[in-house]
Amino acid sequence: MAALFKTPGQEKTENLPEATIRKKTIYSFSMFVLFAVLFVVGWFWLRGQPSKAGKTSAPIRAVLNTNESIFDGLLSDNRLAKEYPLSLAANPARVNGDLGLKSKFDTANWAMQVILAKGDTMRVSLNDIKKLPRTEIVFNFKCIEGWSQITHWAGVRFSEFMRAYGLNEESAKKYLGLATPDKEYYVGIDMRSALHPQTILCYELNGKPLPLNQGYPLRLIIPVKYGVKSLKRIGYMYFDNNRTPDYWADVKGYDYFSGL
Amino acid sequence: MKQIVKKHPLAIRWFHWINFPVLGVMIWSGLLIYWANDVYRIGFGSTTLLKFFPDTFYKALNVPYRLSEGMAYHFVFMWLFFLNGIAYVLYTIFSGEWRYLLPHRRSYKEAWQVLLHDLRIRKTAPPIEGKYNAAQRIAYTAIILMGIGSILSGLAIYKPVQLGWLCALMGGYKMARIIHFVLTIGYVLFFLVHIIQVILAGWNNFQAMITGFEIKKSKKLPADTNENPPANQ
Repeated sequence: MAALFKTPGQEKTENLPEATIRKKTIYSFSMFVLFAVLFVVGWFWLRGQPSKAGKTSAPIRAVLNTNESIFDGLLSDNRLAKEYPLSLAANPARVNGDLGLKSKFDTANWAMQVILAKGDTMRVSLNDIKKLPRTEIVFNFKCIEGWSQITHWAGVRFSEFMRAYGLNEESAKKYLGLATPDKEYYVGIDMRSALHPQTILCYELNGKPLPLNQGYPLRLIIPVKYGVKSLKRIGYMYFDNNRTPDYWADVKGYDYFSGL
Repeated sequence: MKQIVKKHPLAIRWFHWINFPVLGVMIWSGLLIYWANDVYRIGFGSTTLLKFFPDTFYKALNVPYRLSEGMAYHFVFMWLFFLNGIAYVLYTIFSGEWRYLLPHRRSYKEAWQVLLHDLRIRKTAPPIEGKYNAAQRIAYTAIILMGIGSILSGLAIYKPVQLGWLCALMGGYKMARIIHFVLTIGYVLFFLVHIIQVILAGWNNFQAMITGFEIKKSKKLPADTNENPPANQ
């Protein structure tokens, strides 16, 4: 602390024999080169860690999981994504990606299949969903690519859906899983984020039924995550205490949590 | 005997040289992220003077389609950047080194004189007090403020919902991303000027960042004056 208050004078000088100066110089440069080499070795070690099928390597994954546990601590039902006046909502909203939407799809016979246990699947139709209290949200939708857009969605709160269908045991599980009917696209979401009050099972965009390319008949809208988690055209819903599979995390190496 | 002048404490040399590769990794991984939505440019109306960045630039650095890799490395190395920066700031405060680094009231005026001198427009430079001239004091303080700006704007982009207050403070999500980007361009410009100045300042100055001291060559001490010329000449 004392140093805080003392005024350092001019630079400190010292008289030394040239041999001593040379010795000091050689020592310092040796240490410098040593640590530079160590950094380079460390870097190539990190880059050389096995990472199969686009997954990030174990040491990187370990840090990302630590980040998740730190920032997950901030997650709270009271901390909401900012909402905007309706007039600011983009129309039409940006369409980004058609993963899981490319297969033939029978809209008339669609029902969301909620897998409760092996051989115990509940089918929920769009009309069933629409009977539940409708909620709207206008928020800044954030894509993992870096763009964002204020958009207007409507549907039922996921937490309300779980409550209405008495899925208490399922709500107590740690992870929610969603997949498109063709199972080409699937996401895993921690249950705390899924039960966040702004997470909705969405069937309307800008006051109209979702267009096919926005996930008709039912999609997820989860403002506490990047858009990659807002799966379009929900075919299956399931629950687990272990991480449910996630396309972008398992195949493409993105962070599983992807929380905002 | 020769006289050495102690310039950079060991801790500051460590912080400096750790920051160099870490900031390098942050800028590289940041570029991988930026590519996925590379919307910034300098121009007016539909005329673009400079696009960030041209395709040839991306191709030369193998940037395209590495967003997930960029995010992973960015969110790992951010800790090193952050912790090293905090350690540096705390060290400068508690060691008293901040007195050499913070600008004085007159530094702003003097910095222009230094600039004009370095551009060979002015003959004399204002006298240096302590270790750094006025322009250096401003530059080395500004770079710390920029670092703080990068951390705050970075956090605002990273967790715009959980840290919604910070995101709002940064002027919103899109503005935070612009600030984060502009600061990064600032580091690159700082780096370029820094390298040029280090080259111009010469070896004695550069090696002090490794050894910690500069060697005073002009001042010969009494014990050193009996140098004999080589015998067979």
